[in-house]
Amino acid sequence: MNKVVEIKNLSKSFDSLNVLRNVSLTVEEGENMVVFGQSGTGKSVLLKCIVRLMEPDSGEIYIDNKDVLAMNLKQLNDLRKDFGFLFQGAALYDSMSVRENLEFPLIRHFNYTPEEREAKVKSVLEKVSLEEAIDKMPSELSGGMKKRIGLARSIIIDPKLMFYDEPTTGLDPITSKEISLLILELQKSLKMTSIIVTHDLLCAEIIADRAIMLNDGVIMKEGSISDLKSSQDPFLRNFFSHEIIQEHNRRV
Amino acid sequence: MSDTKNKTTQSSAFDKKLNDFFIMIAGLWQFQWQFVKQIFMPPYEVEQVRKHMDELGIKTLPIVSVTGFIIGLVITMQMHPVMVRFGAEAFLPGAVGISIVRELAPVITALIFAGRVSSGIGAELGSMRVTEQIDAMEVSGVNPFKYLVATRVFACTFILPILTVYVIFIAFLGAYIAVVLVQNMTYQYFIDSVIKSVTFGDAIPGVLKTFVFGFIVGIVGSYKGYTATNGTEGVGKAATTAVVVSSLMILIFDMVLVKITLWLWPTI
Repeated sequence: MNKVVEIKNLSKSFDSLNVLRNVSLTVEEGENMVVFGQSGTGKSVLLKCIVRLMEPDSGEIYIDNKDVLAMNLKQLNDLRKDFGFLFQGAALYDSMSVRENLEFPLIRHFNYTPEEREAKVKSVLEKVSLEEAIDKMPSELSGGMKKRIGLARSIIIDPKLMFYDEPTTGLDPITSKEISLLILELQKSLKMTSIIVTHDLLCAEIIADRAIMLNDGVIMKEGSISDLKSSQDPFLRNFFSHEIIQEHNRRV
Repeated sequence: MSDTKNKTTQSSAFDKKLNDFFIMIAGLWQFQWQFVKQIFMPPYEVEQVRKHMDELGIKTLPIVSVTGFIIGLVITMQMHPVMVRFGAEAFLPGAVGISIVRELAPVITALIFAGRVSSGIGAELGSMRVTEQIDAMEVSGVNPFKYLVATRVFACTFILPILTVYVIFIAFLGAYIAVVLVQNMTYQYFIDSVIKSVTFGDAIPGVLKTFVFGFIVGIVGSYKGYTATNGTEGVGKAATTAVVVSSLMILIFDMVLVKITLWLWPTI
């Protein structure tokens, strides 16, 4: 298997707060890697450092064996054309309709004809089961619909590498499960490599091939979800017991 | 003891404000250099610039029309008794025309434009920043500075002079109506007097400085919005401070530009 993402000794701090400390991680091609951790442990910071929305203090990041931190803006933007990123709040452009949101990356990066663009838009909307929302504005959509449209906008360019920042946060259990299943389905059909930041155990169990637990800026455990859940480490036991109660409540 | 403590608190609050002020000046400086560097690099967002010029022009047209008309009317009514006192009624159109062209129309249009547009840009970009829309754009391989900031600054820089020329004509209309109200003067005499008194030497510096004012409105509004933090509170703050800072900078730059104009062309 090829290493799609390779991170070596990544550190990031804000003033005196060390959010990430010498984090090293690899993600293989086609793999779904889940990043667990409590709120404020640097999960989103890790994602943002990988795509260089934030500059790390030290360390190395390679995507497809290319040194991301050594790239200039043009090289970075060329690389980013292969990324999909689902933000926590979906980050839909609120001055544009759903159609315009979906067309935006196509217009910017590809030379599709209007008919081809329309077909692409309809195709991704069908994948997220929201064909009827095509002419709506983001303000007219519910939280779950926004997440789906955000997902549709991310996959419309057929990304090789997908990043999810808390894809199910703020959603009810049923919608949360639907989104998780949708992510898995898209993952299988589009054969993407994904990094998913979440603390939703149900979502992780559906999606994850492998997971890491971030705590206090370091990776404290890496393995399958069952490895993490069966760990005897007091922190992991505490984290998952809480998550397990939440998951149990959801299932009930 | 408590007095000393109060003084220390006031002093540290003042230090923080002073520090914030210098950080803002440095940030604005870097921001405008980034703008200068990026406008020459492709892709050229001509369509976005045209769209923003349309929006900004249409958004401010009603308010600058009313203001321009009232300014022309009021300045004429105010100047009439003074001119009568000096027996110079015949010079009223010329005096009003020079005041409007040289100072009133450029500065008042710029201040209204700052109030209407700078806050709008600050709020819009601020909202995009705190809801991660700017991050979404950046991570999709689109340069958000160029797409969102450079286009707005460019549009502001070029739409304000057009609005100013329009306001000059509207203010002349107001002035003419006031002249008709306060003294019996024909339309032809009014126009002739204005044309005789107002030269290109009066009009050109007046209109040229509005390019600078438009740039200030665009860059300050964009800077405040683009660097907004702390959620909705930060968006509100970005909108408010954008108006205050851009208005103040317009007045300061007006003073400097008038001085430069008089130094370069002492006879105008």
